[in-house]
This record gives sequence, structure tokens and C-alpha cells, in this order.
Amino acid sequence: MARQETISKNLDWISVLLFIVSVMVGWANIYAAIYNPENPLWIGDAGFFDTNAGKQLIWIGTTVLLIIAILVIDYRFYETTAFFIYGFFIFMLLAVFVVGAEIKGSHSWIRVGGFQIQPAEFAKMATALALAKYVSTPMVNLSRFKDQFNVALIILIPPILILLSKETGVALVFASLMILLYREGLPGVYPASFLSIIILFVLSLIYPSWQIFIGLAVLSGLVIWILPRYQRKTRNILMILGVAFAMGLFATGVDWAINNVLQEHQRNRIKVLIDPDFDRKKTGYNVRQAKIAIGSGGLIGKGYLQGTQTKFDFVPEQSTDFIFCTVGEEEGFAGSLLVVGLFLSLLLRVIYLAERQKSRFARVYGYGVVSILFFHFMVNIGMTIGLMPVIGIPLPFFSYGGSSLWSFSILLFIFLKIDAHRSQVLSRW
Amino acid sequence: MEEIRKRFIQGFFILIAFIYVGRLFYLQVIDDTYKLDAENNAIRKLIQVPFRGLVYDRHKKLIVSNTVVYDLYVTPKKARVADTLRFCNMFGITRAEFDSLTHLARVYSPVRQSLMLRQLSRQDYARVQDAMVDYPGFDFQVSALRTYDSKAMANALGYVGEISPERLAKQEETGDDYYRQGDYVGVTGLERKYEEQLRGERGEKYMMVNSRGVEKGLFKNGALDKEPIAGKNLITSIDINLQAYADSLMQHKVGSVVAIEPSTGEVLAMVSAPTYDPSLLSGRTYSKYFQTLNLNPLHPLLNRPPSAYYRPGSTFKIIQALVALQMGVITAGTGFGHGGSPINCSHNHPVASDVQKAIQYSCNPYFYQTYKRIIYNNNEKNVFKKSAFGLAKWDEMVAKFGIGQSLEIDLPNEKKGKLPDVPYYDKMYKGELRWKFSNIASNSIGEGEIIVNPLKMANVAAIIANRGWYYRPHLVKGVGKVGDIDEKYKEKLSVGIDYRHFETVIGGMVAAVNNGTVSSDGRMADIQMCGKTGTSQNRHGENHSIFIAFAPRVNPKIAIAVFVENAGSGGAHAAPIASLCIEKYIKGHSDRKAIETKWMNKGYPINIIRTTPKTDNAKNAASKKDSVVKKVDEELFLTTPQSLPLIGAEKPNTFKIPMKPKR
Repeated sequence: MARQETISKNLDWISVLLFIVSVMVGWANIYAAIYNPENPLWIGDAGFFDTNAGKQLIWIGTTVLLIIAILVIDYRFYETTAFFIYGFFIFMLLAVFVVGAEIKGSHSWIRVGGFQIQPAEFAKMATALALAKYVSTPMVNLSRFKDQFNVALIILIPPILILLSKETGVALVFASLMILLYREGLPGVYPASFLSIIILFVLSLIYPSWQIFIGLAVLSGLVIWILPRYQRKTRNILMILGVAFAMGLFATGVDWAINNVLQEHQRNRIKVLIDPDFDRKKTGYNVRQAKIAIGSGGLIGKGYLQGTQTKFDFVPEQSTDFIFCTVGEEEGFAGSLLVVGLFLSLLLRVIYLAERQKSRFARVYGYGVVSILFFHFMVNIGMTIGLMPVIGIPLPFFSYGGSSLWSFSILLFIFLKIDAHRSQVLSRW
Repeated sequence: MEEIRKRFIQGFFILIAFIYVGRLFYLQVIDDTYKLDAENNAIRKLIQVPFRGLVYDRHKKLIVSNTVVYDLYVTPKKARVADTLRFCNMFGITRAEFDSLTHLARVYSPVRQSLMLRQLSRQDYARVQDAMVDYPGFDFQVSALRTYDSKAMANALGYVGEISPERLAKQEETGDDYYRQGDYVGVTGLERKYEEQLRGERGEKYMMVNSRGVEKGLFKNGALDKEPIAGKNLITSIDINLQAYADSLMQHKVGSVVAIEPSTGEVLAMVSAPTYDPSLLSGRTYSKYFQTLNLNPLHPLLNRPPSAYYRPGSTFKIIQALVALQMGVITAGTGFGHGGSPINCSHNHPVASDVQKAIQYSCNPYFYQTYKRIIYNNNEKNVFKKSAFGLAKWDEMVAKFGIGQSLEIDLPNEKKGKLPDVPYYDKMYKGELRWKFSNIASNSIGEGEIIVNPLKMANVAAIIANRGWYYRPHLVKGVGKVGDIDEKYKEKLSVGIDYRHFETVIGGMVAAVNNGTVSSDGRMADIQMCGKTGTSQNRHGENHSIFIAFAPRVNPKIAIAVFVENAGSGGAHAAPIASLCIEKYIKGHSDRKAIETKWMNKGYPINIIRTTPKTDNAKNAASKKDSVVKKVDEELFLTTPQSLPLIGAEKPNTFKIPMKPKR
């Protein structure tokens, strides 16, 4: 009883509230997405629990049970067993190759009864735990190559396995852990080069190589020119030129990579981003329909259940990856603003919580939560409004799907549980 | 260091959030194009065609109504036809037609409804309805078909048909978008003129459709939907009994009957002969009959009363007399002999010692002299100037009778006819002051360059009946309710001739009927008819027979013009028909059964108008005058399509002005 009281007193209710609102708004939109005006189903109606809204309700119920379980389990459990959990999900990721069921071309699901579980979703949480555990180990210094290598190993094993089961979208999420590492002292050159590679990648898609070359030449000249006199050593100049040359090579390589490494549908998704009219019937169709749905919402939307694009199958994957379209269409800019606001508030709140942790494990894990949520938020909403390529990852707490709801809830509530015991951490030390 | 990195991460999150909010603001609030795209995507506007307004006669008898018919629609994906042969037999189509119709539907959309067969009658519908359970995927939709309760008024009513590409193009120019391809629209006649009132207001139903075009219920629960509003009914001024009677009198003949109520300008009957059964052009039989009717050399589709061209012939003498009397160039007692006139009379008649006798006997020299006085009634010394000056003055007065003017009747394609003026002759004679009275003298007796149509001459009869004024002739007493008509039909127009002159002329018209140019078949013992005969010369055979009249003399009830093409003299042919119509209208029946039967059965050799090039005649046309005459004459039959395959004997163009003397 005493512990329960502590939990309810120390739990960050702001985060919990943001979580509850997100899940509820999410469910309301799933209901709207599958709503059929000719045959409206409500709880209790026959067939209701065959719909995504009905099933999601079951998922939400089980999630509540999960959360209770997480809050009941001792907070030290997660730190102690971090590597074990990580190892377990690596095992699961391997297991899908043997016992996995194939759904929509990806071989990453395990069937349990009538439901399917996607271990990849949970691997994110496991990796965040393992990473937090490793980084919080005394003597680990992220500016050292050895530790950087180990960290890279922890981060890269799951996505490689996930890629092998053809779930590109989920695999990409692991890149977000760069944010965590940056916060924990990874030299800025890593995220900086990572970002510049992405920028260069996009630029090289838009502009022909020779323009990129000229741009790089001008840029390196500019950098050398603004370099303080005492820094203008041959070594530095050569380094700058070397970087520019490497970037040039990269830009040339992008074309090659685009045409040879990426699969055609992935290639098209990137091309659509640059040219919205590209392949309007197929690849461009989804993006265009998503934009139409959101764009037609106007300032205050068409009203709840009044959307036409998100029902009637114009927007693909209305209740899962493109759930944000329903918000945009039915609740308009106001609703979209609310959802973006919810996410931003949650992210900033978790950063705030992470920063107040006394334990490094807790803080690192908190940043892991933030990184993963942010990446999902950025990519998912970004793709519906045409700012990101179409990568099939869900919007946390909103999208239909048990694995994703479970995994995000577990991810968040493990942190909230640890956070609730932050004072005990201090007392123990 | 760590503090900066924390800030940096927070800043990055906030930046991304702001970029997204900005983007959302642009997509949702600033850029409007997506709203339109969304509507095009998911909302289908269904048009609900209202019932077209009904058409009544002046006594509220139904002329045109609507019959419910059924259109058969097919949804290919749902359609199951177990026994194709039976299905084909049921609907009277061939296997090949069935295959092509279902193929077209499938190409259009496998999941959406396509129109398969149009306008099945109620009987057909009843017959197949039970069997349709065996054929899922086929649905009927109610539609309407124009039905004619009286077949006597086809030409004036016009018909309804699918909108033509030309009219759609025209609509596009004006920026209107009411009609779409396949819509039904009034093509001619009253149906066209009153299209906007008859068509009603279309209903709109907004249906939501999914990405495959399957309907998913009403958009916004029907908040934007509009119920169709049935078209307004037309209450015409036509007396359908008279119309049918006149129609039967005109069988076997080519020509027109127009009857007007003088006191109101309301058209009581408007017959164009030959005519057609209007139901042939309604519904499924349209395509079958339209070409046949359209290619018929007698032009049954042409509404002759407002659209055909004729010379008025001697009926025009009434106007000449009135104008001369008003000008004071003659008095009621002025007489002229036959001497000194290049135009003669064919028959012997007592000397036209006054205007009444001149009208009674339709004396050509009398009106030659009268017209000469009219034209030369000014102080110009130069004979050419004098003629031009005189013609201008005459034009001004004649135009008030509506000659050469539009009467603005509520029918499409009204032809103005022609009243030659000074520029016209200047052009004809290639320069000013190159013509004088002798060049235009044939106008005096209604030949020459004056061109009228039956409607105009009926209106002239109404003007005389009213002794000097008229309402613009019109066929509609009211749209929706009586009296709801255009203001222009309520405006009383004066022709600027004194009342007493009309009494003078009317005296002559009475005498013409009772003891003049009108044959005995055209006389009635109990009704005092005032009329004037006309014999219009043309190059297509026998003269056109014309008669205009009104009755009774006091308080006239009806004014009428009858034109019978190639029948002969006006008094012998058109006058009896006019008298029968008048008798029918005033008494409700005719007491002269024998005469009635005679004229109903009377027919004339049909002269088909040739339009092949007249090479020999053209060469022989030596004199300027001849070529001029020919030119005018060609204009008389502008309505003949040049491409018509013609049958019938060619008649050489032989006549010249001055023409054969006539009555």
C-alpha cells in the first residue's frame, strides 16, 4: 500500500495526462477513419469488435493492464535486466525468420492467438534500455572510439535484423538514437555529418551533380576565406578541400545509390517528395490523397465523422500510418495544431523529466524515449503533409495497432516509473 | 556543454514543430485547391430532373403533359444475367446490342450505374418488373416523357430533345453551366422559347462516394441537397378546338393558318402545314423519325407562320389604302380607271370609283395610281429624289403595321420579312438616285420586294379589326398563372391611322367578301366577315392563295390569315378555309358541312422547290430588273436547305413583273 501511494504521488501526471489525451484522441480518430455513414457501428453492435476501432479498444484495455504491471514491477528491474531484455528481443527478431508470419510483404510478425505481435516495435524500447545501461556504465566516454563502436553495435544490430525482415521504416527509427548519444557527449561531428549527409542527399536529388560540385567548391572557398589567418594552415585547408571532395563523391554516389541500392518503390517515395506530381496514379497517389485530405480540412475541419477523404478509402492506411489525415480533415488546422502541440508538450516534458534525473541510466533512457517518439512524430506527420518520404511508421498513441500502442506505452511508462522513484535513487547513493 | 546540448535538442524539436505547423497552416488555411480536389474526389452531385411544365390551351385543356417512363441502369459488377436470350427478348434488343451496352457500361465503371435503356413505358416496366428479381444489378429509375394530348399543334409547340453540341458550346461561351451533355431541352417552338420557365429547377443531391465510385450515403445528411421544383405550366392562348379544326382543314395542303384575338393579341390558332405527329419526336422514336422529317422536302418541321417568306400580294392593298387615306393623297371617294397603269386587272369589274370598290374588286391600276401619289407626295423637283423621299415616308407608315419588323412573338425563329427602304434600292440599283417610282411600282399591289409571313398578315387583320391598334401577338396567356406574361405583350401599339379611314376600308372588305373577289364558299350568311384576298406570285408553280379577315365587323372576335401555297387565287381557296375557321370559333361548329368536307379533302399538286443551279435561266436573265427579281425570289425560300435531295418536276422560272393580271 505504501508503495502504491508513493507511485500515485510521484508519478508525473502531466505526462500521464498527455498520454491519455493522445490515446483517446487517437482512438476517436480511428473510429472516424473506419466510420461508415451507411452502417455506423458503435460499441455493442454486432461486428464492432471486428473493426479497427473495436480492436483498438481491446488493445487500449490491455495497455492499461500492461501499464499497471509496469508500475507495479520494481523500478530497478529495468536497469538490472536491460541487457537481458535487449538480448530477448534480439532473439525474437531472429525468431521471426523461423516462426514469423508474412503480412503485407514484411516478414516480421509473430502470431499469438488471433493477434499479431511485431517484435521490431518492442526492439526500439529494448535498445533504448540497453543503450542507457551501457552509456550509464561508469568510465564509458562517448568521445572514445571504443565506446562509440560498442554503442554503434548496440544500436545497429536490431535494425539490421529488422531490415532483413523487410521493415525498412521501423529500422530507420534507430537512427533517432543519435539524439540520445548527442546529449550524452557524442562529439557533435557525428550528428553534424549525419545531418549534412541527409541535406546533401536531398540536394543531390533535386540538383544535377555539376551544380552540387560548383556549390561545394564555392562553399569550401568561402570557408577557407573566412578562416582566421592563424588557422590558415596547409593542413586545415587540405582538410576542408578533402571534406568538400568527399561530399562531392557522396553526391555522385547518391544517384548511383538511388538507382541501384534502393528498391523502386522506395526510390519513388523520395522522388514524390521532390515532385508532388510524380507518378500521380501510384506512388504519388498516396501522398496526394493525404495532402488533399488534410488540405481540405480548412481552419476548423469538416466536423467529426464528416470527413470524406479519410473514409471512403481515398487515403490509404487511414487508421494506421495515415491517421493524421483524419485529424487534419475532420478537425482542420485547429485539430492539427492540437496534435502537434500534444506531441511537442510531451517531448519537452519528457526532456524536462530526463534532465531532473539523478541517475544517468534514467536520464539516458529518458532521452531514448524522447528520441524515438520524436522520430515517429516527425516522420509520420511529415509524410502526410509532404515534407518527408512515405515511411511506414505509426504515429505514437494515435495509429491503430496493438504492437505499436503497447511498445510506445511500455517505452513511456518504464521511464515514468523510474522517474517516480528518482528520489529513492538519490537516497540509495 | 550538456546544458547547451539540451537546449539544442529542445530547439530542434520546437523548430520542427513550427515548420510543421507552418506547413499545415499553408495546406489547410491558405491553399484552397485541396478543398476542390476533395470534393471532386468524394462528392458526386446527382442531378434530379424536375417534371417539365405542362401546356394548356386557353380553356385549360391539356395539350402537353408528362408520362412516367423508366430508364434501365446496370451496375456491371453486380449484374448477373443467367439467361441472356430471355433478357434480350424481354427488352426487345438483340444479343449484339446487349453485348455492346454491357461492354460500354463495364468500360465506364464496373461498380457504378450506367444508363442502359432509355424510356421504357409503364406497360413495359410492368411486364418485366417481376422477372427482374432474376437479374440482380439492374435498376430502374423514373424519368419523364413528353406526351401530347393533342397532336394538332406540333410546329408551334416545338419539341424537346437532347441538347445539341452547338448549344452546349454556346452555353460555355456565356459561362453558364446549367446543361450537360445528354440533357433534355426545348429545341423549337414554345418549348424552346419558354425553356427556362418550363424546365423548372433542378434538384441536386450530393452523394458521398468512395475511391471506387460506390455511393456511400448523403453528404452532410443532405444539408446541401435541393429538391427539384417542377417547371411552371404554360397557359397558352390557343383554342385547341379551333387549332385542331384548322389543322384538319389544312390537310393535303402546304401553308399556314394564324388566328388572333384582336382585342388581346392572343394567338388562337397557329397551324403550319404539312405538320407531323409530335409524339414521334418524343422519346425513343426521336432518332428514328427526326431525319425523315428533317429531310422531307415539304419541311414539316418548319413552323411556317412566323418563319416562312411570302409576298403579301393583294392583301397589302389594304395597307396602301390606309396609308394613302391618312396622307390625304386620296379620299374615300377618289376613283381611278384602268388607263395609264402598266399593271392591269385580269378580269372585268366595274370601275373603281372609290376606295371601297377598289378593295372590293382588288383593282390593280387603282393601287398603282394610289402608290404613285403616295411616293410623289412631296415637293422635290427631281423625280429620283422625289421617289426616294416618298419611299422613306411610306416606309415609316407601313412599318407601323409590323411589315419588315419583328413582332416579337414568343416563338423562336421569327422572321422579320422585308420592307424595302431607300438604302435597299440604292444597293439594288448600285447607287443613290438611280431608281424612281416606276422601278418600285410592283410594291403597290404587294408584289415586288415586300416580304411578309402569315403571322404578320394575321396581325394586320387584327389591326384593322381594332381600327388602328394592336397588341403584339403572343401564344401564352400566362406562365404558371394567367396574366403572368412579358410586359411587352401588355403594351397597346398604335399604327397612326385615323379611325374613320379604317371604317372606309372595312366597308371595302365587307364588299369583297359578299360581292367581290371572295368565292361563294367563303361567304357566311350569319357572320359578317371582313376580308381581303391575295394572290402571291412565286416561281414555284401556281400562285399562293392568301386571305386575311376578321369577324364580326362590329366588336371583332377573331382575326385570321390563311396562306395556301400553290393553290391559286386567294378568294377561291384561302377564303373558304378562313371562313370555316371563323365560323367554328364564333359558333363552335360549322353549319356548312358540305363546304367543310370539301375543303378538308381538297388537295393541291405539290410543288417541290428546286434549288439546283438555274444555269440556263441565269444566262437568259438579260435585264437588270430580271436578275433583281430573281434575287428577291430566291430570298423567299431561304428556308430550303441547299443540300436537300429533291424530287418532283422542275418548273422554269418564267414570270416577270408586271405579272399576270390577277384578282
